[in-house]
Order: sequence, then structure tokens, then C-alpha cells
Amino acid sequence: MPFNVLVLACLAYVIFLFSVAFLVERRAMAGRLGWLRSPLVYTLSLSIYCTAWTFYGAVGYAARSGLEFLTIYFGPTLVFVGWWWVLRKLVRIGRQHRVTSIADLISSRFGKSNLLGVIVTVMAVVATTPYIALQLQSVVLSFGVFASATPDGFTPPDAEQTAIWVAAGLAVFTTIFGTRNLDAKEQHHGIVTAIAVEAVVKLVALLAVGIFVVWGLAGGIGATLERIDASGLAAWDMQPGRWTGLLFLSAAAVICLPRMFQVLVVENSDEGHLATASWAFPAYLLAMSLFIVPIAVIGLDRLPEGANPDMFVLTLPLSEGQGGLAMLAFLGGFSSATSMVIVEAIALATMVSNHIVMPVWLWLRPAVAMSADLRGVVLNARRLSIGAVLAMGYGYYHLSGGSAALAAIGLIAFVGVAQFLPAMIAGIFWRGATRIGAALGLVTGFVVWAYALFLPSFGPDAVYSAQFLAEGPMAIGWLRPQALFGVEAMDPLTHALFWSLMLNATAFFIGSVLTFPGPVERLQGAAFVNVFDDQATDPRRWSHGQAEPEQLLVMAQRILGDDAAQSLFEAAAQAQGKSDSLLPDPTPEFLSDLERRLSGSVGAATAHAMISQLVGGATVSVEDLMAVASESAQMMEYSAQLEAQREKLSRTAGALREANEKLTRLSVQKDTFLSQISHELRTPMTSIRAFSEILTEGDLPPGMVTKSGRVIQDEAKRLTRLLDDLLDLSVLENGKVSLSISLANLREMIDRAIQAAEQVKPERGFTFHRDLAAENIFLRTDADRLTQVLINLISNARKYCDAKHPEIRITIRIKAGRAVIDVADNGKGIPKDAQSTIFEKFTRLPNESRAKGAGLGLAICREIVVNLGGTIAYLPGQGGAAFRVSLPLRLEAKAA
Amino acid sequence: MKRPRRPMFLARDPYRRRRLRDAARLLPVFGAFLMILPVLWSPPDAAPRVTSGDVVYFFLIWLMLVLAAAGFAPGLSAGEDAGKDEDD
Amino acid sequence: MGKHVLLIEDEENIAEAIRFILVRDGWQVTHLAEGGGAARRAAELMPDLVILDHMLPGASGLEILAALRAQAKTALLPVLMLTARGQPRDREAAERAGANRFMAKPFANADILAEVRAMTGTAGPESGPENGLGNGPGGQG
Repeated sequence: MPFNVLVLACLAYVIFLFSVAFLVERRAMAGRLGWLRSPLVYTLSLSIYCTAWTFYGAVGYAARSGLEFLTIYFGPTLVFVGWWWVLRKLVRIGRQHRVTSIADLISSRFGKSNLLGVIVTVMAVVATTPYIALQLQSVVLSFGVFASATPDGFTPPDAEQTAIWVAAGLAVFTTIFGTRNLDAKEQHHGIVTAIAVEAVVKLVALLAVGIFVVWGLAGGIGATLERIDASGLAAWDMQPGRWTGLLFLSAAAVICLPRMFQVLVVENSDEGHLATASWAFPAYLLAMSLFIVPIAVIGLDRLPEGANPDMFVLTLPLSEGQGGLAMLAFLGGFSSATSMVIVEAIALATMVSNHIVMPVWLWLRPAVAMSADLRGVVLNARRLSIGAVLAMGYGYYHLSGGSAALAAIGLIAFVGVAQFLPAMIAGIFWRGATRIGAALGLVTGFVVWAYALFLPSFGPDAVYSAQFLAEGPMAIGWLRPQALFGVEAMDPLTHALFWSLMLNATAFFIGSVLTFPGPVERLQGAAFVNVFDDQATDPRRWSHGQAEPEQLLVMAQRILGDDAAQSLFEAAAQAQGKSDSLLPDPTPEFLSDLERRLSGSVGAATAHAMISQLVGGATVSVEDLMAVASESAQMMEYSAQLEAQREKLSRTAGALREANEKLTRLSVQKDTFLSQISHELRTPMTSIRAFSEILTEGDLPPGMVTKSGRVIQDEAKRLTRLLDDLLDLSVLENGKVSLSISLANLREMIDRAIQAAEQVKPERGFTFHRDLAAENIFLRTDADRLTQVLINLISNARKYCDAKHPEIRITIRIKAGRAVIDVADNGKGIPKDAQSTIFEKFTRLPNESRAKGAGLGLAICREIVVNLGGTIAYLPGQGGAAFRVSLPLRLEAKAA
Repeated sequence: MKRPRRPMFLARDPYRRRRLRDAARLLPVFGAFLMILPVLWSPPDAAPRVTSGDVVYFFLIWLMLVLAAAGFAPGLSAGEDAGKDEDD
Repeated sequence: MGKHVLLIEDEENIAEAIRFILVRDGWQVTHLAEGGGAARRAAELMPDLVILDHMLPGASGLEILAALRAQAKTALLPVLMLTARGQPRDREAAERAGANRFMAKPFANADILAEVRAMTGTAGPESGPENGLGNGPGGQG
């Protein structure tokens, strides 16, 4: 097969993946994910466990060590089949605390300690960078296989160049689809789906090769089994220690590998998917390994002596002249490598940016944290980190020269990440685990792993001299890297696994038992370990805040984006029983909730730090400490009940307080209502009466008759308008209004409204900012009524906006079946104390020059919008006066 | 006879769900035992083992674990929605 | 020369009507459409009478009244308060603040003229309102 056909196929495949990811992202933006969030896609995305190392390497592994390769799949099978033990809890914690990575999980569990975040991040980067290099190597090798097999003597591509192109391509893909939005919980649908597609490709490829081998070459199942017994493979012997060790190791790795944690916990969109994955993922693994042994056996049998068994999946079909099949296998291997690298890069980049780059940046410029748009910074940090991770992978590949040493790196990386296991498992099951213990354990395990396994893996005389390996440092026998404490004759991998985890767990345990955790740590510990308990016992991490809700909103907007932040605040305000305001009180509940949302974007430690900055230094109150102190189960249960009641009471009290305030305000208003209506009626009457008396007197100067007539006419019109407005309002308020519902174009309504409002201060030249494309939607509503609202809002903006270059901005968004229309100007806005009354009747802003109109406009607007099934609210913190109208896209006629 | 039946039915349901959880917890332990079992039955220096037999054995227990997990899964996830009766 | 009335009223049409009635009766009328700075203007002009609307932009009628009474020069200026809010409470508030007279809107043109004359101590009109156009003031006391 010509080499360029191969490159072409590769490119076509990559473009296909790009389009899949792109289309899915588009659907995700439109909120139409549907089956793309199914348990099937979740299960398939988990298949990044099977990297190129397993796709190609499993056959090689089987050819060298018999059935031992099965342990790599058995461990995950046990973990998933036993999901009720660990996975369920991990996923629940991950979702509840909006965990962004394994580093975030451990940091968050131990009191949001960024120290632990940094340790875990560094360990993960060191352990998995070589693993990324391994994937690059496998792609390069498989290219090489094809190149050497070409009959037309095509020169093999330069291995270095291939690796560079692959790494760069992956960096582009990952950056585009991995850093589109910020909130980890709403992220990466495109990538997850692309990975699911790749999972299918690699499974189909391996099954196709296997079926070809068993039925095409070996001659059926029976014959295959006979050939297995006849082959060299039959001579393998099971080493009990290694077998059990590997079983344990792969079980640990499947939850500790950063990329597995990413798809398993972070990308999980529904806990129910885990139940399906509990059997479907083991089934996938089973299918992937079904034909490994036959391929290995037939490959050993048929291919010339000395052929690399790691490439049997490719070379076997090639040598039999099955070019198409080989191509499929090649794409399978390519898929395995790319999907692993993409997710690993995202996982590592999230850790690096959240635990290293962002804290350093915030520490360097604490003032900017509150003033700049942080989203850009975070996204850029992530993009940079992705580039750095892939560059390191390539660098490692380059340095190791694609040597055979790389092949062993898979298991070495497993042991490296398995060091997270004690901190993670104890963290979610044992409340006594402390930050210092975790740090000690992690560092100990990491050092032992590096000393006994990672550094020796570079081969003799690379890092250690042969003498050092044989005799230990300074000839201290019990410190020999591969025979620690004099334990000899142990397989080096098992040896390192045993000692590193043993010492890790011991240090962790001793450290935990001897130290005393801080308050935040204890609260987090309780929240993690008791994650399945009722929400009411969820410890409050914020005491009564001194933060201004508006400041919090400004900060949240910078991190989550305007839209997400506003709806979060709105929902919280409603939950507190505040119907009119968009700003909730900064209760401890709200602050915890906000912190969780923020931590989904910037990590727990950073989110905590940012909120503390606004709330004030005291992050943990006496109340919180007392909650920690009273730990006995009974107390917890009792306080849980109290808490639930208290919460209910305080919610009711909040609603009552607001109602009361409103009543007081209303009674003052009701009282002045008569004065106001009297004033509004008497004023025009005064002019009418005065001028009509003048008219009756006769003997008037020239022009006076006309003038009087005009004044009387104008004032009579004004009276009529006022009475119309009052009648309109009373009809609307009593809900007796009859709407004429039809399908109408929003843009046309806005056009009409802008035109109609032009008669207000026509001398002021307003600049309008509109998004005509977004406005071009059809609403099923009462178009005249909605236009009336828009006229009112735009006229108000024209009336009151005092900017030198006045602007009106109209933005439209569609959210959850509702149209959200914002009308904002760039004036000085409405003072805070007036915001709550502007929708009441006869309310005019204090110190406004008298505008024509009786102060009924916004009251009518509100009643109309309510009749149209929507809401209208003042939108604070937008720079000028801004109003938000939210309406159903399709208003169903009420069955009266 | 209609009155007492309803509570009986309700009490039986959570009971079953709990036993199902017990089974789900036990499944990996059982699986691990089966996977390590071959280590015990043929010590390295005994007569050469039949590798094809091992292959068949391993894939059979694997398949059995998958089927058992598939059998448990619907009951477990359904129980989670309905049940506030978490016992630990 | 005619006596001087300072008219503080933001409703253009009402001000127009009052001005017409008074000027025809021989008064000199200065009109302010805003409450801001009204007390200072009053001290500068020292009119014989101030007609003050209750609801004004810038500063309310009551505030201006208080300011007038607070500065020595204008403390004794006669003030006629106009209001469109006809409640007794409003009348009390105006009187407490030191208004000499109080009139509710709408008013009869003859009433306001009579009130102005009474407050400035001017005797009954020499000429009726009907033929008062262009005449001097009703009487110089």
C-alpha cells in the first residue's frame, strides 16, 4: 500500500474526528445533546483505558509473558463490577463538589490545600509524561511498519518528524475542543464523543484482525486452541506474586490515572450511567482482549523469527496481503494513541493550570483578581498547559530516542499514579485522614517509586551506574534500588509496587494519626466521607458573610460568564423567597453553593481564596467550629433535624420579612396613592379650568384664543392618557386582559418599538446596539402587548439616560425555552434603594426632572409581562440602567 | 385482605434492594478470588499446565462477572432513585 | 410700577395661565420652573409675594418654603402655596412650614387674583378683571 494513501487515510480520519467533535459541541451549545449523554457514550469514553500500549502491546505482552496481560484488564473489571464500593462514592463526590481533577479531589478533601494539589500535579505529570511519549512512539512505529512494507521502496518517514506532527496535531485538537468553555461540568462533550467514536474504531479493528486470524488463518476455534497449546506461549508460568500484584495495580490505576479520573468522574453527566458502565465497560475490555492470545500465537507461528511481537496486529494482516485490514488496524492503533493523549493532556492541563499557574498568577497580582476578566486568564493558562504537556511528551520521546525502555513505561506509570490510592481511598472512607499525613504519604511513595522503579527503568548507566544498582548508594546494601531492605529475588516491578505503597500508606497513616486537622479540613472530611447522608448535615463552610451580593455577582460573572452567573444568582434569590430581586442574601448556604460552582472552573483552593477575599478574612466562624466539635452521630442527626427546620424557618422568615417590608412600603404608597392620583388628575384640570375661564372672558389679545384652545386640548389628551393607563393597569392587574396570541417576529417588534420611542427627546441621538441575527426569532405571544413593553423600556432609557453619547443595547438570548430580552443604557443607572420600588405605581425617580407621564409605565410593563407568562426585573451591575424581560417562546393560551 | 397487603409489599421491596446491594458488594470479592484461584491450583513446579484450558477458564469467569453485574445494575440504580434507606 | 410676584411652578401651562391673569391685573411676574436655587432668587428679587407650587423638580415646595423662612431677608415674605394634592394633611404641612395661604388646584381665576390682592394688602380692584388689560395695578395702597 502506498505510503501517501496511509497518510491520506490518517488525515481523513482526523478531519472526521474534528467534525464529530465540532458538531457535538454545536449541539451542546444549543442544549440538544440527547443521546450523546447516554450511558453508552460514557462507557465508550472510558475505553481510553485501552491505549496504544494495550492495542499493540497486549499482543507483544502475551507473546512474551503468556496470560499475564489479562491482569491489566482484570483489575478494572473488578473495580467496575464492584462499583457500589468505590466508584459510586467517587462520582457522587466529584459531582457534588464539582471536582475538576484528581489533584483537585485530594486538595479539596484535605482542606482545599493547594500544597497537596501541587504535589499530586507534579507526580501526575512526572508519571504520565513518559506514557504520552509511549503513545507517540507507537504511532511512529506503526508508520514505520507500513513504510518498510511498501513494495515501491518508499523511504521510511523520519521518525522524529512524524512524532512532531502527531504531537502538534493533538495539541491543536485538544486546545480547540478542550478549552472552549470554562466550567468543567459543562465541558468537553465534543471530545468525549470523539473518543467514543475512537473506542468503536479500535474495538472493531481489533475484532476484525482477531476474526481474520482465528477463522482465516488458524481454521476455527478448536484449531486455535490446539495451536495455543502447541506454541511457545504454553510454556509461560504464573508467578503468584506478580499476578496478584498486577491485578491490584491495574485496579488502582483505573481510578488513579488522571485521564481515567477525567472521563470517569469529571465528565460524568449522570450518576445513573455508572450502573450501565459497571458491566458494559468490563464487557468492552473482554471483547478487546478476546483475540489477543490467538493473534500472538499465530504471529509467533507465521512471522519470521525476530519480528517485533508488539506490531503483530499490523504485520500479520500485512504479511498475508490484507492491506485493507492492516489499514483498519492501523487506524485502531492511531485511535488508541490519540484519544489517550487528548484526554491525558486535558486532565494534566487542568491540574497544572488550576494548581500551579492560577495560584501563582493570583499571588503575583492579587488586585487584578477582582478587576480583570479571569475567564480569559484561566483559559489561556489551560491552553498553555496543554501545549506544555504535549511538548514534554514529545521531549521525553526525543530524549529517550524511542528506545525499547519506553515499552515498559506503561506499568511504571501505573505504579506512579497508584501512589494516589492511599490518600484518595482513605480520604473518602476515613475521616481521620489529614493533610499532613496525605502529603507525607504521597511524597514518600513518589520518592520510593522514582528511586526503585522509575530511575532504574532508564537502563544501566543511564541514571544509576551498574555498580550503584548492584551495591546500593555508598555500598549500603539495604538501599539497593531493586532490593530495598534486603528483599531480593523479587520481581523489580512487584518489589517497587510493594515498597512504595507500603511506605506510602504507613507514612500516611502515621502522619494522620499524629497530627490534628484544621477546621476546614475536618469539615471537608466529613462532607466527603458522609457524602451519601442527607444534604442537611452538609457542613456549612461560610458563616454570615459581609460580602455585598453585587460584588459577588461581579466576580462570578467574570469567572462563569454573565449568563450563567446571573441565572445562578436569580435561582438563589428565588430559593430565598425574594421574588423581585436578582440578588440573593449572602447566606452561608448561598456562599457554599457559589464556591462549588466557582471551583468547577478554577479549582477548590482558588475558589475558596477568592470568596474569602470578598467575604472578609474570617473564613471559618465559631458556629462552624462548634459544628465540627459536636460530631457524635446523635448530635449530627439531631442537629440535622434542627438545621432542616431552621432552614425552613429562615426561608419562611425571609419571605415574611420581605412581605412585611413590602407591605410597609405599600401602605405608605397606598396612603400617598390618593394624593398621587389626585395630583395627576388635578394638574391637567388646573390648566383646563384656568384657560377655559380665560376663554369665557372675551376681549383677549390676539392669539390667546388659539393658544388657550391648544392648551386645553393638550391637557385633555393628557388626562385621557392617564385614565387609559389606569384602566389598562386595573384590567391587567385583575388578570382579565384578553391577549391576542399569534406568531410574531421579535425583530419587527423591536423595530416598531424603537421607532415609536423616537418621539421621546427626539433631539438626543441614541446609538443602538443590536444583534439582528439573534433578534430574528418568532415568538408566540401577544405582539402588541410585548411591543408596548419594549416601547416603555426604550422610552425610559431615552428619558433618563444622561450619558454624553447615549447608547441603548438590546440583547436577546434563548435559554430553556424562554426568550431573554435585555434592554440596557449607558447612563448612571437606578440608585440601589430605588431599585425595589420602580415597578410600583406612581413611582418616579427622586430628583428627576419632571417627565411626562404619571409613573405608571413600569407598573404596566410588569403586569403585561406577567400576563404574557414572563418576568421583568431590574438587572443590577451592568453599568447603566438595565431591564431583563424573560418570556416563554411559546405562550399557550390559558384555558379560561 | 386488601389492607395488610400494601405495607407488606412496601416492606419487602427495600429488603430486596438491600440484599441486592450486599450481592453487588460481594461480587468483586468473589471475582478476585476466582481470578487468583489458578495461582493456587497449580504451583509453578508441578506438571505443565494446559494454557488453552486457562484461556477458556479466564474468559468464562470474566463473562460470568459481566453478566452478574449486568443483572444487578438495573436494580441498583433503580433502588437509588427510590430509596432513602441507605443503611451505612 | 406694578407690584412684583415671584411664581415658582413647573407645569408650563399652569404658570402661563397664572401669569396671564396677574399681568392683565397689572402685576409684574417673574417665573421660575424649577425649585433649585429658588430661595436665593427670592432674596435677590425681593418680590411682594411668592406663589409656590407644592411638587417641584429640584427641591419640593416645602423645602423652598423652609429655606425662605430660614434666611432673615425673606423670613417674612408672604407665600401662597399651591397644591394639586387636596388632602388636609398637605394643607397642615404647608401651614406648619410657614405658608401664609394655601390654595388647592384647580382654582378659579378670580379666586387666585383675590387671594393675591388680599395677601399684598391691596384693596379691591379698581377695575374688574374684564377690563383690566393694560391697566396699572388695582391700587398702590
